[in-house]
Amino acid sequence: MVVRIICALLFIFAAPVLGGLISGIERKLSARMQRRVGPPVTQAYKDVKKLFGKTPQIVNRAQQFMVISYMFFMMITGALFFGGADLLLVFFTLTTAAIFLVVAASVTHSPYSSMGVNREMIQMMSYEPMVLLTAVGLYLACGSFNVSNMISTDLMPIVKLPGVFVGFIFILTIKLRKSPFDISTSHHAHQEIVKGITTEMSGPMLGIIEIAEWYEKVFLLGVTGLFFVTSNPLSYIAAAAVVLLTIVLEVLIDNTSARLTWKQMLTSSWIMTLVCGGINIVVLEILK
Amino acid sequence: MKDISKSPWVIHYDGSSCNGCDMEVLASLTPVYDIERFGVINTGDPMHADIFLVTGGVNKLNRKVIKQIYDQMPSPKVVVAIGACACTGGVFKECYNILGGTDTVIPVDVYVPGCAARPQSIIDGIVKAKEVLKEKCLTEQRKGGSNE
Repeated sequence: MVVRIICALLFIFAAPVLGGLISGIERKLSARMQRRVGPPVTQAYKDVKKLFGKTPQIVNRAQQFMVISYMFFMMITGALFFGGADLLLVFFTLTTAAIFLVVAASVTHSPYSSMGVNREMIQMMSYEPMVLLTAVGLYLACGSFNVSNMISTDLMPIVKLPGVFVGFIFILTIKLRKSPFDISTSHHAHQEIVKGITTEMSGPMLGIIEIAEWYEKVFLLGVTGLFFVTSNPLSYIAAAAVVLLTIVLEVLIDNTSARLTWKQMLTSSWIMTLVCGGINIVVLEILK
Repeated sequence: MKDISKSPWVIHYDGSSCNGCDMEVLASLTPVYDIERFGVINTGDPMHADIFLVTGGVNKLNRKVIKQIYDQMPSPKVVVAIGACACTGGVFKECYNILGGTDTVIPVDVYVPGCAARPQSIIDGIVKAKEVLKEKCLTEQRKGGSNE
């Protein structure tokens, strides 16, 4: 129990540092892929530090509460996950956090922000089935919904869940707001809806959003790693290697694909969910 | 607070330019010139931006737009006028609808001359703007300190 609490606390304090570093590495990697020099690896920290130094411009007071709640629930999500709690609870908390972001963006009544909200909800509709199937798949593979039990099995969950893993990596692109699916808001300029959900957020508020995204990033990469973790300590190295590979893959996808429409996103992600996740789970159930 | 100049996010607005300077602004973001190495991001959202890049002269129609973008940017903020038209009105200065350079509407901190301004000089202007941003930040801090 003590170890679990320490892990949860470690997430709360170390995830922003790690998440910021990953963001910096992603930007550097992206730049190198385009044969640019790119910003320094610590750029993400500098950006957030600057955002907290800007004059706050509050469009609606309710927004502040929503944005802070978004970050709070993102922290809880990760803390529960790394603390070894029930995976279903973790994913429901993740959805709660996402809902707070949606509400935060919709209280401003900006047309661009509202359009971003609509798109964000379609994004949620696209990735949510696969998120649930991931929990179900991991339950079938490990025999428990508790993350603490999932990491103490003898066989890597990936052996039983290759389809679910592929499906999860697919929706990870949506969750990390990478290029073919960055339709609600983008890390790059020149989006047709200005900045989508974050259009009306500036200064410290945007800084909080960035930090929450770092938490989310570390949590999601943690779930990716979960597919490779067993009771053997060496498996953590394998998980870390896979997480690093996933980051490279996501940056590659981001750089090589153009933004899709919401219909293409919805159909492709549901097809992937059904084909990869669905078939994998049916096969697992039959072989049982 | 000192680090504010290390992450200058820009917003680019095309007044009534011939598009020459706009091409060069975008060129400075491409791999050849790679202005992102200074931490620059082209945001496209005034509420996220620190540096306002204006190209082209100010006319009666876009006067309000420039003013609005400037007002929406949270301080500290810096304005960079790029190209002859944005600096003074350029060859269009005597036109019936042109009011003049960007400084007829909002205070301009850095002027980048040229027709069209070269990407090198635009980068130079943005690096200058970073210094101005830092200065403004320090002044605001001092002001805040004396008020307390």
